[in-house]
Amino acid sequence: MTPRTKFIAGATIIVASVVFLIASGVKETGVYFLTPTELFSRVEQDPTFYDVGIKVGAKVVRGSIRRDDAKQQVDFEITDGGKQFPVTYVGLVPDTFTDANEIEVIVEGKFGRDGVFRATEVLAKCGSRYEAELQEAKKAA
Amino acid sequence: MTLLGQFALWIGLIASLWGFGVAFLSRWQHRPELGASAIRAAYGVCAAMVVAALALWKGLISHDFNIEYVAAYTSRNLPDSYVVTAFWAGQAGSLLFWALVLSIFGAIAQVVTSQRHKELMPYVAGITNMVASFFIATMLFGGSNPFERLSFTPPDGNGLNPQLQNPGMVMHPPLLYLGYIGITIPFAFAIAALMARKLDAGWIHAMRKWTILSWIFLSAGITLGMWWAYVELGWGGYWAWDPVENASLLPWLTMTAYLHSVMIQEKRGMLKRWNLSLVIGTFLLSIFGTFITRSGVIASVHSFAQSSVGYFFLVFLITTGAAAFALLYLRWPELEPDAKLESLASRESAFLFNNLVLVGIAFSVLWGTLFPILSEAVRGVKITVGPPFFNRVNIPLGLALLALTGIGPLIAWRKASTANLQRQFIWPLVFGVVPAVSLAALGVRNGWALAAWALAAFVLGTVLQEFYRGVRARIRMYDEAAPTALVRLVNRNRRRYGGYLVHVGILVYFAAFAGMAFKVTEEMTLSPGEVAEVRGASGHVYNFKSLGVSQYNAFNRIVTAATLEVTRDGKPIGVIKSEKRQHIDSFGNKTFEPSTEVGIRSGLREDIYVVYAGSIAGTEEANFAISINPLVWWVWFGGVVLTAGGLLAMWPGGRTAAPTGRRDVQSGFEAQLVGTEAP
Repeated sequence: MTPRTKFIAGATIIVASVVFLIASGVKETGVYFLTPTELFSRVEQDPTFYDVGIKVGAKVVRGSIRRDDAKQQVDFEITDGGKQFPVTYVGLVPDTFTDANEIEVIVEGKFGRDGVFRATEVLAKCGSRYEAELQEAKKAA
Repeated sequence: MTLLGQFALWIGLIASLWGFGVAFLSRWQHRPELGASAIRAAYGVCAAMVVAALALWKGLISHDFNIEYVAAYTSRNLPDSYVVTAFWAGQAGSLLFWALVLSIFGAIAQVVTSQRHKELMPYVAGITNMVASFFIATMLFGGSNPFERLSFTPPDGNGLNPQLQNPGMVMHPPLLYLGYIGITIPFAFAIAALMARKLDAGWIHAMRKWTILSWIFLSAGITLGMWWAYVELGWGGYWAWDPVENASLLPWLTMTAYLHSVMIQEKRGMLKRWNLSLVIGTFLLSIFGTFITRSGVIASVHSFAQSSVGYFFLVFLITTGAAAFALLYLRWPELEPDAKLESLASRESAFLFNNLVLVGIAFSVLWGTLFPILSEAVRGVKITVGPPFFNRVNIPLGLALLALTGIGPLIAWRKASTANLQRQFIWPLVFGVVPAVSLAALGVRNGWALAAWALAAFVLGTVLQEFYRGVRARIRMYDEAAPTALVRLVNRNRRRYGGYLVHVGILVYFAAFAGMAFKVTEEMTLSPGEVAEVRGASGHVYNFKSLGVSQYNAFNRIVTAATLEVTRDGKPIGVIKSEKRQHIDSFGNKTFEPSTEVGIRSGLREDIYVVYAGSIAGTEEANFAISINPLVWWVWFGGVVLTAGGLLAMWPGGRTAAPTGRRDVQSGFEAQLVGTEAP
């Protein structure tokens, strides 16, 4: 074998490992990212979609947050305008998770057959709400 | 002042468009005076951007809340230092900051580059002008003008997001920007070389310092970003594989690949096409990073701003990329390699494999970052991948890279003999195996972590061996004392030993990253006087006794602080305080959501990381999340070592040019340095 073929063989191994790692990584760790409406239509078509790890991006329904500090549990409802369902989460929520306005959240967890989403993680988007308020104020003036 | 600022932006736009246009016109019309005009335009843009920047700073410092940008990001009670740095807190200011630094870099590149490369300089000016005109145009036409006025004057501004009120966040964005922007200069030289058909190694020598400089800025910026995430975001880690973090890593990876593969071109005249592609790709990735940060196309907790400006970037990205690669394709036949690979056991092939792994990592990170968009486009359903994906792919690839970090510098160029391999690798291998075996014997059972530590020790062994042999050779040859020999050794070949120091920084990072596999986190509720015990992975037992919760007013915030008295293995080590901060404006109204200040006690072995998660119904019974994070201090230390190594590698001066003027790589580089010192 010439050095060049040897090198190409080595390069092929590296490239193949990268491709394999990516492909298997996506297959085994990828999770669906759905809106509430998409989630409802999915579980209707395919009941195996209950109790599978997914992510849902939606807005928190204003005034729906109930905190139980002793149990460190938070219950709230999320919606995308179409569908709405309750979420329950045990753990610490980020600072940006408040009732002050309709915050956008990404919840990761499982949607149960009882219609409750049990979240293992709650991410709240840092609001650019002050910019938005400023825009509104500008329009109003 | 906004009028002056607006005016400066327009002047900058006109001058940069002129400079861009005439730089390329001068080639087609064979009119060198147009090239000189392009260079003058670059200085003009720089002057205009300095004026614009001063105008914005004036507005910020004088609290002119009639300026939308000032009202949006500052307030009367914001500490002065944050008022100054609010310059880059928002999108419009970031764009101006970018244009400012780019135009300064563009002007400096014109001043310091040796006369030997003067044929390239009009095109370099053309490219820096082109990129500057894009940023200025985005400000003026993309709804991101920092000098926009409001139709009314609010009594106070909104203030700065509390998460950005942190010393790390003051320096993190500008450092990262300096890195991104610095990349523009090598890109400009690459395009200039292609345009001028000066495809020898000249352009590489002309811009070498810029590649190392921007690489240092990127490295430091990324590390500071990790530090900020660690002390400010409160989830207990420093890297979450968030799209915005990934975007900053991508150009770093391809730039690192370039810094290695360019050595093969210098030594052996190979990889010309690959190196040009890496420089162009790195530049595109730096623009892509801004696109990701600014457009919000990918959901990220870090996206502080979202706007249509992202699409300006997308268009710019596609057109610039297409034009650059088309130009490369036109010059393809002129970029034949001068030599062939002679053996698989050679430094060339070790570097090539290192390049493949680096680009492979970059590709996997890009793929994972874009996967939600790709899967939606192809399969109509959004699928996201998170930290499990990135860790799974990048831990093995990272370890392969770490191994190559050790192998590359030791293996001979062209063809390594078995004797060479034995001579170089026996001691480093012993160095790597011994600690791994001992740790395994002590009961460490995490295979990845053991592999990381073994490889880190192996790389450390290779570096120590290089230093030892170099010093020993000098002692023998010149009869010097060991410290003198060490200083002279490094001083005579700063690039090489600076590079080794960077490798030490890298291995320290890897060793520290592996430590996080042993992180311990416990959540608890404590009443005053109550004690909780947490055992760290190192075996230390920590006791945390709650001292209760107190509330007081500070400068621009109401602070609720929870304090814990901590003992390690029974011995008191002090108190740790974590706070909830409610920021207020100068009228006492609440601004922003409350933010958490993490309490951290840093140590060489492990950090104690305390997050106060709020009290129960207003009592002093408080919720805490306490983590014992192993080896985190070493991440910051690795960053310092790496930066020091980078600076050493690019430090000007040192050995003077070989008097014979041989076309030896090293002396060519030094000759150019000497040339840069005389204006």
